[in-house]
Amino acid sequence: MKHFQFKRVSIALTIAALIAGCSSGVKLDDVPVEDKGATSTTGGGANSGSTGQSGVAPVDLTQSGRDGAGPVGVARIIYFDFDSYAVKPEFQSVLEGHARFLKASSARKVMLEGHTDERGGREYNLALGQKRAEAVRRSLALLGVPDAQMEAVSFGKEKPAAQGNSESAFAQNRRVELSYR
Amino acid sequence: MTIDRITPFTSISSSLPLLSRRHAVAALAAGSTLPALAQFRVEITGVGLTQLPIAIAPLRGEGQSPQKISAIVQADLERSGRFVGVDAAGVALDETSRPDLSQWRQRKADALSTGSITRLADGRFDVRFRLWDVVKGQDLGGQSFVVTQADLRLVAHRISDFIYEKLTGERGVFSTRIAYVAKVGARFSLWVADADGENAQSALSSPEPIISPAWSPAGAQLAYVSFESRKPVVYVHDVASGRRRLIANFRGSNSAPAWSPDGRTLAVTLSRDGGSQLYTIDANGGEPRRLMQSSGIDTEPAFSSDGRSIYFVSDRGGSPQIYRVGASGGNAERVTFNGNYNISPAISPDGQWLAYISRVGGAFKLQVMDLKSGTTTALTDTSADESPSFAPNSRLILYATQQQGRESLMTTTLDGKIKARLAGQGGDIREPDWGPFQKQ
Repeated sequence: MKHFQFKRVSIALTIAALIAGCSSGVKLDDVPVEDKGATSTTGGGANSGSTGQSGVAPVDLTQSGRDGAGPVGVARIIYFDFDSYAVKPEFQSVLEGHARFLKASSARKVMLEGHTDERGGREYNLALGQKRAEAVRRSLALLGVPDAQMEAVSFGKEKPAAQGNSESAFAQNRRVELSYR
Repeated sequence: MTIDRITPFTSISSSLPLLSRRHAVAALAAGSTLPALAQFRVEITGVGLTQLPIAIAPLRGEGQSPQKISAIVQADLERSGRFVGVDAAGVALDETSRPDLSQWRQRKADALSTGSITRLADGRFDVRFRLWDVVKGQDLGGQSFVVTQADLRLVAHRISDFIYEKLTGERGVFSTRIAYVAKVGARFSLWVADADGENAQSALSSPEPIISPAWSPAGAQLAYVSFESRKPVVYVHDVASGRRRLIANFRGSNSAPAWSPDGRTLAVTLSRDGGSQLYTIDANGGEPRRLMQSSGIDTEPAFSSDGRSIYFVSDRGGSPQIYRVGASGGNAERVTFNGNYNISPAISPDGQWLAYISRVGGAFKLQVMDLKSGTTTALTDTSADESPSFAPNSRLILYATQQQGRESLMTTTLDGKIKARLAGQGGDIREPDWGPFQKQ
């Protein structure tokens, strides 16, 4: 019984490892992989409809449960100023693109993933990232996106987009990523 | 993957009439032989004012032992800040010897321990020791253990506990365990280690972050936040079996688990109703109960040692500060007033101290507050301190910090005078939590 559980955990972690493997480095925003579950065993789906990032190992993507398709040609990252939790006007058109997409495809769901720079405590930063994610959720709600299609979550400072403690790294890390599932 | 053996010590019952016949039983042993990721080294900095000089003679037979018991014991005692080692290299004494104590008085030792280690025919080890009060010329008793090789470090920590308690009158914490998270490359592992950081065993390995491990009061389970499902979710993980239970997996973020002292309740931060807010939840799972309603962030709950109140961090006043509220809610009272960023409260088990992290001129520094007087003391000269937790005897604080750009774990005495670095070999080491006393 225990071994069985261990094995399951191992499989899950292996799959998750593959997710992490393909999420590091190059952003995979534009790869419209439709697969949602982490249990798929078919290997061929990753490249279908791909927009040219086929360098990523297909099996990883098929099994990854990584981002699903979102609106084509619309940015997926909203950046924030230091110590700010307000969506800047310059991102309004980006959010409108996502709102149009979500309203047109009511079966789709978007995760709003808040992030902070590396300064400060992990749990407090988690709460600050949550604040950013919820600010984006409110903006999308104002644009008519039903709440059921959105979930605001936070990674705090745990998944920086840029390493280092320069101001430019900090600026790249203060963000909300829109991730379709 | 898990620490899954509980190995009771077998004790010698009769062969040592002079020993005190204390039997160490049912010690939670670190059973696996997984290679430890982090071989830790103790670095003592600073000098305490009242340190008892003690000579730890090498155990007879230690040269052939896989663990240098006397070195582990000496490092334990020195790390506590209450002892300073007196050189006893090359001394040939064991627990049956009657040492010439005048010679040890001349060497300025107040106490002396002697002992032996013998490999038995079945492969186990017989470890014995005796403690001497050099000043009074008194035999303070000893202990004997028969254990497998995997438990030799635990035996060393038990010896340290015995010595510490005999000489200070307080319970030692050397045979307790700590948990921490190591990030190596893109992988995150939750480790359970001896209180000196050695003997680390992986409890969980994940490609996604793990934060905020918290030992249950009985020391059998760890609650933590795992991002394995690409959002923060709170698990309770039985360390011996590896069995995990989802405790909080609600819409939004689930984080910051804290156990009530009776182990029945967890306080958590949930965003399911919008914003980061505090809830309590039955440790067996169930529907969370909202503790308060606030317009800002409430997070990082920590129960008081009597379980009656919950310390937490809130930005309700405009900047993050530590507050206290009744364990079933009510009006919150502000606790920290200096500076504009005070987070990560930890309450000492004796209820006297609050450790927390304060931002001081851009640096994040460990502070300790005497809860009776409100006096606060800065304990470190590092600038990225995080995640303090108290030793179960309330005498040391374990925390994470950065040195030379690397994350590492430190312990400090409450006066900040004695610090020890638990230095890992690879990866960034963070998010420590000091576990409770183990059942004897």
